[in-house]
Parts: sequence; C-alpha cells; structure tokens
Amino acid sequence: MKNANSKRVDYRKIRGYKEFLLILPFILLVLLFSYYPLYGWVYAFFDYKPPFPLSWDNFVGLKWFKSMVENEVKITKLLNVLRNTFAMSGISLLFSWFPMFFAVFLNEIKCKPFRKFVQTVTTLPNFISWVLVYAIAFCIFNSAGPVSSLGQKWGILEGPVNFLQSADHVWFKMWLWLTWKNAGWAAIMYLAAISGIDEEMIEAAKVDGASRMKVIRHITIPSILPTYFVLVMLNIASFLSNGMEQYYMFENSFNKDYIQVLDLYVYRLAMGSGGYSLSVAISMLKSGVSVVLLILANKFSKLVRGEGFV
Amino acid sequence: MAKTKHKMKVSFGDRLISVITYIIYSIFAFVCLYPFYYIAINSISNNDLSQRGKVILYPLEPHFTNYVQVFQLKGLLNAAKVSVERTVVGTIVTVMIAAFLGYMFSRETLWLRKLWFRIVVATMYFNAGIIPWYITMSNLGLKNNFWVYIFPVAVQPFYIILCKTYVEAIPKELQEAAEIDGAGTLTVFFRIILPVIKPILATIAIFAAVAQWNSFQDTLLLVTDDKLNTLQFTLYRYIQSASSLKSLISSSGNAASIAQTLATAQNQTSVRMTVTMVVVIPIMLVYPFFQRYFTKGIMIGAVKG
Repeated sequence: MKNANSKRVDYRKIRGYKEFLLILPFILLVLLFSYYPLYGWVYAFFDYKPPFPLSWDNFVGLKWFKSMVENEVKITKLLNVLRNTFAMSGISLLFSWFPMFFAVFLNEIKCKPFRKFVQTVTTLPNFISWVLVYAIAFCIFNSAGPVSSLGQKWGILEGPVNFLQSADHVWFKMWLWLTWKNAGWAAIMYLAAISGIDEEMIEAAKVDGASRMKVIRHITIPSILPTYFVLVMLNIASFLSNGMEQYYMFENSFNKDYIQVLDLYVYRLAMGSGGYSLSVAISMLKSGVSVVLLILANKFSKLVRGEGFV
Repeated sequence: MAKTKHKMKVSFGDRLISVITYIIYSIFAFVCLYPFYYIAINSISNNDLSQRGKVILYPLEPHFTNYVQVFQLKGLLNAAKVSVERTVVGTIVTVMIAAFLGYMFSRETLWLRKLWFRIVVATMYFNAGIIPWYITMSNLGLKNNFWVYIFPVAVQPFYIILCKTYVEAIPKELQEAAEIDGAGTLTVFFRIILPVIKPILATIAIFAAVAQWNSFQDTLLLVTDDKLNTLQFTLYRYIQSASSLKSLISSSGNAASIAQTLATAQNQTSVRMTVTMVVVIPIMLVYPFFQRYFTKGIMIGAVKG
C-alpha cells in the first residue's frame, strides 16, 4: 500500500518535470524578450557609443543622472517634458468619468438597434492604429479638409486653416483624440458591469416611484463605482507612461513644446541625438517612479476595497 | 384615462432625458463614423473636386482610378503581403501559445507551477525601455528580420490569464477521464482542451490580429529593409511625404514650380486617402463579424485581470 502510494507520487513528480520541459521553450522566450533587456539598464552608468561594446573604461557612474539637472537648459527641458506628461495624464484622470457616464446613459436608450449601432460605431476607432488616426485627422483637419472648407463657406474662418499645425490647446486636443479612439471601448467594461446589476432592485425602485435619474444616481452609478475605482487606480499607476505613438504622430514644429511627453522625449533623445545613456537613465528613473506608483495605488485599493488589483 | 395622464406627468422628465440622450449619442456616432465615410467618398471622387474640399456629403464624379493607381505604387503590394503575413503568423503563434500555457498553468502537476506563472505575469508590469529593447533585438539578430514581428509578442501574459481562467472553469472530470484512459498531457490539450476553449481563443485571436495589423513601432525602430515594410509604415511614410510637400510649396517662390508641386500634391492627397482606406478596410470588414466576442473577453478579463 505504502509502496504503491510513493510510486504514485513519483509518477506525479516525473510527469511534472516532463510538463515543465514542455513549457520551457516559452519560459525562455519570456526571459529573452522581457527579462534580458533589463540588463540594458547598465548603459545608464556608462558612456555608451554604439556600436562599440561596453568596457570599464567608459564607466561614468552617476554622471548621466547628475547631468539631468546640471544646467539651466537641461532643467528647463526636463521640466517642460514633465509638465506635458503631467498635463496629458492629468486631463485624462480628470475626465476619467466620461466613459462611465457614456455607458450609463447609453444603457438608458430603450431602442435596441440604435443602442447597438452607437456602441458598434463608437468602438470602431479603438481598432485602428495611431498612424491611421493621424491619417484621418490629417484628411479632416488640413487646410483643404472639410472643417476648413466648411468654416470658410459659413464665414467662420477667413482663409484655409491647417488645424493640426497649431500650438493652441494641444493637451486638450490630444485628450479629445484619445477619447475619440478609446471612450467607446472603455464604455464596454461599464456596460458589462451594468448588465450585472440585479433587475429586481431597479424594478423595486421604480415601483416606489423613483425617476430614471434617481435610479441612475442611487443604483446604477454606485454599482459600477468599484469598476471605475480600479480603472482610476490603473490610470494613476501608469501616470508617467503615456506611450509615444500618439504624440509621435501628432508632433510637428508648431506644437513641439507642448506635445513632448516622457516616452517621446526618451525616444527622441536616443534615436535623434544619440543620447543613448542619458535616455536609458531617464527611462530607468521613470520605471522606478512607476513601480512606486503601482505599489501605492495597489495599497490604496487594498485599503479602500479590501483587495488589490495586481 | 386619469391614470395615463398621471403616468405621463411622471415621465416628462424621463422623456426629456430620452430626447437629449438620443441627440447626444447621434452626435457621438456621427463623430466616430463620418471621418471614415469622408475618406471613403473622397477616395472615389474626382481628385480635383476632392482637393478643393467640395466632397462632403456624397461622392462626386465617382471613379476608381485611385485604387488602381495605389496598387501600382512601388512597394505597396509587398507591404500588404508583409502585413497579412505577420497578422496571420503572429496571431496563430500568439493564440496557440496562450492556449497551451493557459492550460499548462492550470495543471497542478506542473513542477513549480506558481513560480513560472508569476514570472510570466510579472512582465505585464515592467518594461525595460526603448533603448535596452532596441539593443536586445539587435543582439538577437532580429533587426531587419521578419521574426521581429512574431517572437517578441508571442507570449502575452494577459491572454494566458484569460485562457487559464477559462480552462479552470471546465469540469476537471473531463481531463481526469481522458488521463485514466492513458492520454498524455499533450493529447489532453489537443483533443479535449483546445476544442472546448474555442470561444475564448476567438476573442484572443481578434485582439492579437488587430494588434499585429496595427503595429507600427517595431517597423519604425528595427526595420530599414524596404522588403519588410508593413502597410502601417507605408501609410506613415505617405503622410510624412505629404507634409514635406506642403513645406516645399511654402518655401519655393517660382510660380511654375508651385503649380507643378500642387499637381503632385493634389494627386498625393487622393493617394493618401486611398492608402488610408486600403489599411482601414480589412479592419472594417472583420470588425462587425467579430464584435460579439469583445464583451465576453472583456468580462472574463475584468474578473481576473
């Protein structure tokens, strides 16, 4: 009996090892593409000039970290980039309720085909790339586009205007494009949460004479607030990471001072002016702050909801 | 009669809300749809009228020469081929790996299961940054290599979590019965798990395919060989060249050269819109068909992610 049992355990163990061999190639892929690049952070401590390999002769210690704040010009540049990053993420955070309300009122539409149509159409932009978004923006808002020509026809504009070449309200416009692309998609999550609300509760409230606004205020919104809360926390955790593609596409010589966020700056620094090591140093600091933000947001979530999201 | 009247009185506020929501959502729908419509009608309208911004509501003097022209553009067909290839190969690889790992991580027999799972999932929360990534890719010989589109994105933790959640919801007896009959780990996967988790694989396939189709940064950073350019990158280059043509017009004073540049620019505008359509159409075609899978995927993701 005892013998048979231990044989069974052995068999399970061997099977476990065999199964490990099956997943090993994929674990190696992960190590290679996600963990191995972390080694590149050492470049922040060297004076790296590609294509020469690293050598201890080029070791510069914390030079690049110090150089970020060594003179007026560099400080101004870094502050400018930080200001843009904070502005973009700040506006997103400030309006993060928008998809939620979008979903709540969409759910109030009783005509099902119309609701389906709106949902389908507003989700579509989420599935196109930023390159395409920019291509579309260019077609609509360049000086020969419909906005410019209709504006002239109706006497609002005096001459052809290329709306993309402007330094006005850049942050807000970028938020508008982001919302155009993402809001419909983000709303799906809330719609899923709304569909999970107990129908009887709503019916009971209606029998008691609650108006639609009252139902929304006292039942719908409180029920989906937890979802909103998690998304806000994730938003905070990625406060410094706006990604670069959107800003890379929309950047031009007019709006340059307002559109460069950290991710784009790091890219330009390395690819444009060859500042590899400095760029690695900055993105390292960024990663550090991001991890701290993630941990704080998760802690806060545990405190409020009793569970984290990581 | 009195009862109906009472009801109407109560619902007046509700009705007002109804009307306002219908108007607002119509505007939202219009804002999301019209740009696509505008580009579509302009790509088939008379190029001259289109350039002067006359085509706004419906196509004028429709023709399809732009589409014929676009497919004669150097490199476009090849770019389309690369885009299709990376989308098909990339999607199959990503989905199969997600299915397999999702299944393996649900197996309690797997040696150090939790550790491997954590190692994979942790990659969702950090990123080495653009330069270390670039250097790694160069070191691995993936610069100007088709597989740079496939391997780095092959293992996607989020999809693996989706699959694992789905597999764990399947009754364990199904697997156990097959194993008693002598089926090995792989047999169980191919014969039992794979057919059952098809719905979630469909969802993942859409996400992966759209991500592949839309991907742009990898080409921008790691590909200098024109043979490996994708449609996205080609479109990007057309937009760039259009912008530089614009600056050319403003800088040159010569009237004749201005006229000439304008003529090219005019064609450029139509070509650009047509290329945009060519890149958008595949997404438009698969989108309504697969739309029903989104919500399902998102709901499973919301529970677990």
